[in-house]
Amino acid sequence: MADDKLQSAKTIDVRYVANLARLNLTSDEAVQFQSQLDHIVDHFNQLRSLNVDGVEPMAHATPIQNVFRDDIVYPGLDRDVVLNNAPAQSGGLILVPTIVE
Amino acid sequence: MLNTLTLHEVLESLNRGECRSEDVVGSVLEAIHRTDGMLHGYLTVNEADAMSQAKAADLARSGGAKGRLLGVPIAIKDVLNVKGQPCTCGSKILKGYVSPYDATAIARLRAEGAVFLGRTNMDEFAMGSTTENSAYGITRNPWNLGCVPGGSSGGSAAVVAADEAIAALGSDTGGSVRQPASFCGCVGLKPTYGWISRYGLTAFASSLDQIGPMTKDVRDAALLLQIMAGQDPADSTTIHASVPDYQAALKTDLRGITVGLPKEYFVGGLHPDVERRVQEAIEVCRQAGARVVEVSLPHTRVAVDTYYIIAPAEASANLSRFDGVRYGFRAEGALDPLDLYKKTRAEGFGPEVKRRIILGTYVLSSGYYDAFYLRAQKVRTLIRRDFEAAFKQCSVMLSPVSPTPAYRIGENSTDPLQMYLGDIFTVPVNLAGICGLSVPCGFAAGNLPVGLQVMGPALGEESILRVGYAYEQATNWRCRRPEMTRANSRQGVGV
Repeated sequence: MADDKLQSAKTIDVRYVANLARLNLTSDEAVQFQSQLDHIVDHFNQLRSLNVDGVEPMAHATPIQNVFRDDIVYPGLDRDVVLNNAPAQSGGLILVPTIVE
Repeated sequence: MLNTLTLHEVLESLNRGECRSEDVVGSVLEAIHRTDGMLHGYLTVNEADAMSQAKAADLARSGGAKGRLLGVPIAIKDVLNVKGQPCTCGSKILKGYVSPYDATAIARLRAEGAVFLGRTNMDEFAMGSTTENSAYGITRNPWNLGCVPGGSSGGSAAVVAADEAIAALGSDTGGSVRQPASFCGCVGLKPTYGWISRYGLTAFASSLDQIGPMTKDVRDAALLLQIMAGQDPADSTTIHASVPDYQAALKTDLRGITVGLPKEYFVGGLHPDVERRVQEAIEVCRQAGARVVEVSLPHTRVAVDTYYIIAPAEASANLSRFDGVRYGFRAEGALDPLDLYKKTRAEGFGPEVKRRIILGTYVLSSGYYDAFYLRAQKVRTLIRRDFEAAFKQCSVMLSPVSPTPAYRIGENSTDPLQMYLGDIFTVPVNLAGICGLSVPCGFAAGNLPVGLQVMGPALGEESILRVGYAYEQATNWRCRRPEMTRANSRQGVGV
């Protein structure tokens, strides 16, 4: 099934994926990325020649175990310093365009 | 000429009272004035701040303070947070951002008295192999100003090679410390994954990223690793282990060491000068007492594909935080939050970052996840097993860092796939989570440096530093310095 998908994955729908990634593209970018990414994704197809049956996927390079820290209150970053990096702020809050009417 | 000294030489000189930190920082700043107009290795240098840090260090020293880096200026890649300094990651989207805190690696260097004098140029968000993807202009290779310095830590490599810094930090996700070190003729170390805390390193691909020193010799790399390595409560992926004495590992003979040559790394496609220099380096190691055996890493040919699925997938998630809300650049005239995100990201990111975000989003999207991302994760396991099997037969492996020396500016910028394929010898190390070192091993035609890669198993830093050091001490490549004149950009880059 996955292989069928791969077969039909000859081309990425660049505009559709860019929208998923919250990225506007100019028409020049869409055309350029389309051919470059098709080329790259086509190259990925050589992974299909490998037998990966029963192989564990590797998400991390080191064995990860959960790490707990002591439940101690310590100061975070200074609010004003953090807010100074915001493009728009007022009264200790970050301003954004209207979310609800 | 204090700027030309290595880090350990500067420390010896400071400790003997032969010079002050003010003199060292002054000498580095002079060098920056002389040559950085040609190189553009630095994005920002805060001279007044650097001099006041130096004066404070001199005062502390006269009061008996003993920091292991007291008064030594270090250049920092613009992806690492240094409190109160800009951190743009070479991107327009972080223009104006000022770090509210120190990365753990920075805090550890600061605790030893290091002086942070400036921010070095890089490919935007560390995505690239040439530093041509910076939003703030290209950096040039000090050995030939018409060539790229490599990337993504191209600024750090260039300023170390040009003696515009005593040492520098870079970050390495798929070769971004080792490859520019190789192109510029300095030493670059990519430690084992999890050995240096990533806290305060702006994330590119979280399962691959590592901070690494870029230095004038192997001893300096060992010194900086010593200070930065080890567990950090702020990064839960750091390894719980005690840090060995890396200086003690630096020996000039290699008796008892078995060096593996991965046969898949010595097949066609290697630049003939690179192959020649690396073969000569192997012979030097043999002369120093190493036993040399052939080993195999059978999944080498699929490593680049695996990397360019996994790294963009992680990047697409990590870079979703840059949306114009909390920090950096915000596009004008957005009608609603969704519009704000899309416009800000469209105007704030450069083409390579956009390509990788789209690629990463695609391989993670419903219907393609299993075929690409999950499959790549399984192949990553196979690549790691290759290394585990090979390291049963040898203590380190030697290879080229890059199939070619530095290429001309603009030469590879239209075909991203061609650029990606140049990462063939460096990405497997990140995928397997092991350590790798780039050491200068001579020059190709056109006076361009070639780098020898020494790969070691997880936490095998003592072995790779030992082999790198023994090789370095048996040769004198580290003593050569580039002559930066406008004229050197016209030198031919021949095969």
